[in-house]
Amino acid sequence: MKKLLAGAALALMAAAGMAHADGHESYPDRPIMMMVSYGAGGATDFQARIVTMTAGNEDALGMPVAILNKPGAGGRVGWNWLATQAEADGYTLGAYNVPHFIAQSIKGGVSYDIDSFEPIANWGADPAVLVVGADSEFNSLQDVVDFAKANPGKLTTSGAGLFVGHHIAALQMEKAGDMKLAYIPTKGGGAAAMKAVIAGDVMAGINNLSDAFRAREAGNVKILAVADLERNEFLPDVPTMMEGGLDVDNASVNFRGVMVPKGTPQAVIDKLAQTVPTMFENGRVQGKMKAGGSPMNIMTREEVQAMWLKRQETLTELLAGL
Amino acid sequence: MEFLLYFGDVFTPVNFALLLVGTIGGLILGATPGLSPTMAVALLIPFTFQLEPTQGLILLGAAYTSTVAGGAVSAILLKIPGAPANIATTLDGHTMAQNGQGTRALQLSFLSSAVGGIFGVMLLIFLTPVLAKWALAFGPSHLFWLAILGVTVIGTLDSKSVVKGLLSGCIGLWLATIGFDDIMGAQRFIFHDALGGGINIIAALIGLFAIPQVISMFAKGRQGDDAEVLQVQKHSVFAAIRELLRFPRAMGIGMTTGSIIGLIPGVGGQIAGLVAYDQTKKFSPEREEFGKGHPEGVIAAEAANNAMVGPSLVPLLTLSIPGSPTAAVLLGGLLIHGIFPGSDLFDNHPDVAWTFINSMLIGQVLMCLFGLYVAGLAARVAQVPQSLMAAIVLGLAVFGSYSVQSSMGDVYVMAALGIMMYFLERFGFSAAPLVLGLILGPIAEANFIQGSMIANATDGMVPYFLTGTLNLFLIAVVLASVAYSVWMEVRNRRYVSKEEIMV
Repeated sequence: MKKLLAGAALALMAAAGMAHADGHESYPDRPIMMMVSYGAGGATDFQARIVTMTAGNEDALGMPVAILNKPGAGGRVGWNWLATQAEADGYTLGAYNVPHFIAQSIKGGVSYDIDSFEPIANWGADPAVLVVGADSEFNSLQDVVDFAKANPGKLTTSGAGLFVGHHIAALQMEKAGDMKLAYIPTKGGGAAAMKAVIAGDVMAGINNLSDAFRAREAGNVKILAVADLERNEFLPDVPTMMEGGLDVDNASVNFRGVMVPKGTPQAVIDKLAQTVPTMFENGRVQGKMKAGGSPMNIMTREEVQAMWLKRQETLTELLAGL
Repeated sequence: MEFLLYFGDVFTPVNFALLLVGTIGGLILGATPGLSPTMAVALLIPFTFQLEPTQGLILLGAAYTSTVAGGAVSAILLKIPGAPANIATTLDGHTMAQNGQGTRALQLSFLSSAVGGIFGVMLLIFLTPVLAKWALAFGPSHLFWLAILGVTVIGTLDSKSVVKGLLSGCIGLWLATIGFDDIMGAQRFIFHDALGGGINIIAALIGLFAIPQVISMFAKGRQGDDAEVLQVQKHSVFAAIRELLRFPRAMGIGMTTGSIIGLIPGVGGQIAGLVAYDQTKKFSPEREEFGKGHPEGVIAAEAANNAMVGPSLVPLLTLSIPGSPTAAVLLGGLLIHGIFPGSDLFDNHPDVAWTFINSMLIGQVLMCLFGLYVAGLAARVAQVPQSLMAAIVLGLAVFGSYSVQSSMGDVYVMAALGIMMYFLERFGFSAAPLVLGLILGPIAEANFIQGSMIANATDGMVPYFLTGTLNLFLIAVVLASVAYSVWMEVRNRRYVSKEEIMV
């Protein structure tokens, strides 16, 4: 038995040695893991599973991608793990949520910032939208702004927590409209924030476009404005905040994509940066994402790098006063 | 009655095969420590990519119902609650198993699960529109009072003394504050990376319930192995059914509490079992026997946690709001096929909606049949020699707590809490109130803070928290519960002192 074990160990070592010797040409030669810093069933997890489902195809990575959930503390637990403990060998990827992780790194208390990770590609962009209950007296962004200006700090507005896209959008609205909202962060993510709006616990809410779209289909909410640069294909009838007279850009859009920890070999990064965007473009992936009401926005590594830097700048300025 | 039209769809060969796979697989996954219903359903989602929407949902629905019931197996036999829903089952169920009545406990638990589960699904079928309004009626202030109601239960739950019960509840409440606070963004008591996300409830459950038992088993050493081997009593299914009929009160309280609590988004099934257990104990003439292996304890807990399954889906299916983590996972399973829960589901895809609901109904029956079949075999676990058993439970505990979020940190938390609990138990504290504190703490806190933020922006704290019919009703129930505990404590003391005088 001992001999057998020793033999197996030797064989393993030899195999490992060989893999090492021929460099990264054969990458990937075993399944890849992708860390998602939110729980199973959440929007990020759900989308991560869809966009990686064709990874095993020959024209993609040729190896399947398994999702590993490390939820906790609004994503901090997972990203801390990726920055400090994950092996930078190309077999551990991570899903990012911008602006969440950038805003958290600016506020401190975490062991990562944008320099801890290397972006690979972006798959989705879920803008924040302003929602009110279906029977609310507010019918336009202007109604909400008028109320907030007349009653400073009285407009209760729910969102999924602090330093997430929803919070950023609320801060931008306050700044742009020179008004004061009562931002109510909920525990339990966007679903809890949406429930507060539908049940009338709060007067308005900021939520994900994809969730708000579904809630509107069900007849529960009115969507008054989108915090993005352009109208969204899912909601062509809903104006942007800028059209409504509030100077709010796309800093709060929840970008989701793939990254690797710093220190991953350049050859691996290049290979991933080249393959992953085409994987997102796969027709089956696109179909499933559209069916689920999840807006896609495929960006290459260079585009994501630029986007991260821009967010870092905007958010530092926006959060400076808090 | 629309649901009857779609009953046939459940029995097509492929659908029924999936139902069987989901049920049996769910039982096994549920019985595995650390695999909560949420995780089990999430694990199955990728398999539904290739299936038709109806088929995928049949698989998920069957797995959901049977994992909740399957959690009772490890709770009864190993004293590891598979999920918060099964905590109350360990209290009497495991004691029964230790007395050689494992078969009886398992049979009762599967039977009451099935009855409770069918009741819950029936509510989902017939009362969905009414229930949806109910689910929305609970705002932050009401959820706060509900959590406080839970706290009043802490003192009387599974403890010899109210003071010790309250003390361990407080430890639980303190443990619940650890981690990043999502609402205020503060960091509290994070002395180690493993605590950043707070204490994971599943890891805590495994540690608090299983580890003290493992340590006591090891402490006994190897001697006396033969003497300890239990005779596992045979118990016929019919006897179990008769027994179930003998305790309609436990069954009724379990079903009602489970359905009501399951309905409320955010509270979910975590506390359904414990609240039902406590209520049944208070109403039972044999309340002294609870915790010593009383069948009513198992019946109430299991009826409650399966009755919650149906109503917990009401907010998801009607309002498209997932009311529990498991419902959130099911939402993913629906979205992947382009089906939006809400009016769209019932108007445009009635075949999917009703076949899904029907499959949960049939799934309950199948789950019960399989459960009863394995009950006799599974109960033999109690015959495994203690030293071996301790090693197996320890292995499962480590596996279970690691698998929740693939994190060694959770294993450390599990071990640390387990060792702490071993010493606490020696001083007469018990794990159930501690866990209840751990579960209720965040609910009470988050809703209080949210409520006060809303209150400060609107009418002020007093009107927000203390007026309104639902608030007043809940406050009245809280006061009644406190008064009852005080009265019981005083009465017991009087008895004790009288007896002491007599002696």
